[in-house]
Amino acid sequence: MATLTKYPTAPLKCWPKAKEIRQQYYKDYAEAHDRGGIRWSGGAWAFDAVPMGLGDDVHVMTGEPYAASIAWDRKFAQECQDATDAKGWARDLCSYMRIYWGSMYLNRFFFGGEFPKPDFYYQSQICCSHSKWDQEASLYEKVPYFCVDVCVGPYETLDESRLNYVVNQLHDSIAGMEKATGRKYDDEKLIAAVHNECRSTSLWAEICTLNKAVPAPLDEKTMFSLYVLATLQRSSKQVADYYEELRDEVKDRVARGIAAVPYERCRIITDTQPPWGFLKIYRYMEQFGVVSVGSVYTFGLEGIFAEQEDGSWGPRKTPQQLGIKIKNRDEALRVTADWNLSRPCWQHFYDPRIKTRMMLKMVNEWKLNGVILHLNRGCEGLTVGSMENRLGLIEAGVPVMTYEGNMADEKEFDERRTTSRIESFMETLGLKQIPEAAVAHAA
Amino acid sequence: MIEQFKEWYINRHAYAKQWKERTGGKVIGTFCTYVPEEILVAANMLPARILGSHEPQDVTEPHIFGMFCPFCRDSLAQGLKGRFNYLDGVVLAHSCIHFRQTFNSWRIHLPVEFAYYIPMPNTAQTPHAPAYHRAEVDKFKKAIEEYAGRPIAEQDLDRGIEILNRNRRLLRKAYEHRKLDNPPLTGEEAMYMAVTSQFIDKEEHSNLLEAVLKELPQRKLPRDAGIRLMAVGSENDDAEFFKMVENVGGTVVIDEQCAGSRYFWNESVPNGDRLAAIANRYLDRPACPVKDYPAHSRFQHVLNLAKDYRAQGAIIMQEKFCDPHEGDNPRLKKYLEENGIPTLSLEFDSTNPLGPFRIRVEAFLETIRGEELF
Repeated sequence: MATLTKYPTAPLKCWPKAKEIRQQYYKDYAEAHDRGGIRWSGGAWAFDAVPMGLGDDVHVMTGEPYAASIAWDRKFAQECQDATDAKGWARDLCSYMRIYWGSMYLNRFFFGGEFPKPDFYYQSQICCSHSKWDQEASLYEKVPYFCVDVCVGPYETLDESRLNYVVNQLHDSIAGMEKATGRKYDDEKLIAAVHNECRSTSLWAEICTLNKAVPAPLDEKTMFSLYVLATLQRSSKQVADYYEELRDEVKDRVARGIAAVPYERCRIITDTQPPWGFLKIYRYMEQFGVVSVGSVYTFGLEGIFAEQEDGSWGPRKTPQQLGIKIKNRDEALRVTADWNLSRPCWQHFYDPRIKTRMMLKMVNEWKLNGVILHLNRGCEGLTVGSMENRLGLIEAGVPVMTYEGNMADEKEFDERRTTSRIESFMETLGLKQIPEAAVAHAA
Repeated sequence: MIEQFKEWYINRHAYAKQWKERTGGKVIGTFCTYVPEEILVAANMLPARILGSHEPQDVTEPHIFGMFCPFCRDSLAQGLKGRFNYLDGVVLAHSCIHFRQTFNSWRIHLPVEFAYYIPMPNTAQTPHAPAYHRAEVDKFKKAIEEYAGRPIAEQDLDRGIEILNRNRRLLRKAYEHRKLDNPPLTGEEAMYMAVTSQFIDKEEHSNLLEAVLKELPQRKLPRDAGIRLMAVGSENDDAEFFKMVENVGGTVVIDEQCAGSRYFWNESVPNGDRLAAIANRYLDRPACPVKDYPAHSRFQHVLNLAKDYRAQGAIIMQEKFCDPHEGDNPRLKKYLEENGIPTLSLEFDSTNPLGPFRIRVEAFLETIRGEELF
C-alpha cells in the first residue's frame, strides 16, 4: 500500500438536489390521483419509459427503492415484515417484497397517509421474486398486472427473435395500459422518455467510470443516494438532467483531485445491495483508508455500460450520440428493449462467469485491492451465482471477503460479526486503522 | 412387475451406464422438466433428469450459498460426488433462479462435451411465447445436430414426439387407476413410476408401463386406502415421506409436482410444424409457479386434479427456500380450502424429520376423519 496521503475532500454541491428529486417523486406519486393523474407501481427494472406515453401526469413508485427507504426505519420495516408474515408468506422471501407487501397490507405509506393504490402494476420478469411480488400486489389491490418476460439469455447472445419476443410484449403492454387507464397513448412522449432513459443510464455509467480516478471522487455509500434516482424513474428528463449536472461536478472533482475518502489507500468494490440499516460499515472501512468505489450492483443495476474502443469498460453510447433517430413506437420499443437487455445486472442471471468477468474488469480498471461480497439473504436475484463469483475472483488472485446479511431484514445481519470479518480482511490486506481517520469518524 | 420402477429409481446411475454401454448413445443430463426431450430422443440420446439423493452433503457450500433451495444443492452434490460421471452433456431450459445455479456450477466445474441453455419463456401465457419458443427449440435442435454430427430428420422428430407422447399417455392411464375407491397402486409406487420416466429410456419405460397397465385392473392391495390425499408443490421425490403417509392411514391418489404429473400431463399435439408442436407442449403444460404469469392458471388445475381424484385433503410440500412456490402457497392454500380441500403445509429439506412430519400428518388425517363423522 502507498504511504499515507491526505487528499482534499468536499461535499457534493448537487447533493441536496438529489434529495429534493427523491422527496418530490414520492409526493407526486401520493398526490397523483388528486390531480387526475395516473399511478403505476412495479419494479425498478420495469420498462419505465413505456408508461410515459400515457401522459405527463403519470407517476410511478418502484417497489425496491421504496422498500429500501423503509429499511432505514427499522421499526416500520419490522412492522411491515410482520404484517407479511401474518398473511402466511415465508420469511426467507425477498425482504423488499415483504416490506412492500407489508406496507400495502397495513395500508400505511412510509411518507405519510394511506398506501397509495396504483392503477396498474408493471414489471419485467427476470427474477422469480419480482414476478411474484407484483402478481400478489395486483391481486391484492385488484388492479391489472402487465408482466414483460425478459428471460431471453445474456445480451451477448441476443438475436432478432429474442428481441422481438420482448418488443412484442411491450406492444401488448401498451394496449393493456390504454385499456386500464382509458387513455390514448402518445408515441412522441414514449420516444422522448426512451431518449431520457438512455441518456440517464449512460450518464450514470459515465459517472461510475470517472471513479477510476485516484483518489476516487465518489465513495459507494454516497453513490447509493445517487444511483437511486435511476431506480426511481430513469426515463424522466429531470433525472437525466440531474445526472448531467452530477457528471460535470464529478469531472471537476477528478480534475481538482477531490477525494471521497481523505485517507484513501485501498480500493475495493462490494456486491449486491448493502444492509441498508447498517451503512456505517462503509464508514468503518474508511478508518482503514478503504474506499469502496462501487460494485457491479451500484454501477450496473441501472447504468448501461459497453466496451469502449480501447477495450475498457465505460458508458454505452446513446441512440442520440450515435445519430439514431427514433421515428415511431416500434422503433422506440426496440431501442428500449435492446438497451435494457444490455444491463450489466441482468447478465449474471444466466451465467455467473459473465459477472466475474465484469468484476475482474473493475479490479483492473478501477485499480482495486480487493472485493467484499455481501451474501444477501434478502435478494435471491442479486445473490445468485455469488459463490461462483467468489471462486472466479480467487482464481484470478483477487482477495475476497464475504459476509452474510440481508439488505432490509435486520434480523439476518450481525453487525459485530461483520465488522470483525472486515477487520480480519483488512489485516490480510496489510491495513491497520488510521488514527486520524478514526478520530475524524468519531467526530 | 411394478417393483421394477423402484429398482430403476434406486439404481438409476447403473441403468444409465448400462444403457450407454448397450446402445453406444449419449446420455444428456436435463435440469428441471422443461427441456424438450423430443429432440434428444429424436437424436437417439437418453435424457436423464438430474435429481438429488436425499442424503446430507457438504460439497456444495463453495458453489451455492446456503440461502438457495436444498434441491438445487443436493442435485449439484450428485455431480460433484461423481455420481453422474457418465453424462455426455447437460441442458437447462430456463426455470427458476435456484436451479440455474446448479446448471452453471455444473458446466463450470464438471465439464461435459455438450452444455446448452435454452432461454425458455417464463411468461408462458403471453401470445408471443409460441413463436419465440419455437425458434429456441429450433436452435436447440441445430445444436444437438451439430453435436451428434448428423441431421435430425422430420421422421426422427415424429418418432421423438410419438415416443414421448406414448409415455405420457400411458402414465396418464396408470394415474386413472388412482381414481378408484381402492387404488391399485400407492402414492409411493406412483411416484417411482412417474419419476423414473424422467431418466429411463422412454420406450423401455413405456413397455413396462403397458405390461403394468394390464395387471393393474386385477391388482388388489392388502391395505385400506384410508384418506385420499393430494401431494402438491415443489420438486419432491422423497419416497420415505410417501411411505410414511401411507403407513398412517392415507393414500396419495394424485400429485401436482414436477417429479410427477406436471412432467407428463399433456402431449405434443402434432401439426404440420413439428417444432411448434414440441415448443407449444412445454408452454401449455401444467405450469410450475415460475412460469405461471400473469394469471395463476395453476390453481384451477390443482383444484381440478383434487376433484377428479376425489382428494380429501392436500399436503402442500414446500421445498425450503423455494421462492416460486413460496410465492404461490399462501394463496393456493386459501384457494383449496375455500373450495373444500383441507390442507397441510410442510417445509421440506433434502433430508426430512419424519417423526415430527408423521405427527402432523396423523393430526391432519384425524381432522379430516373428524369432519367425516359429522
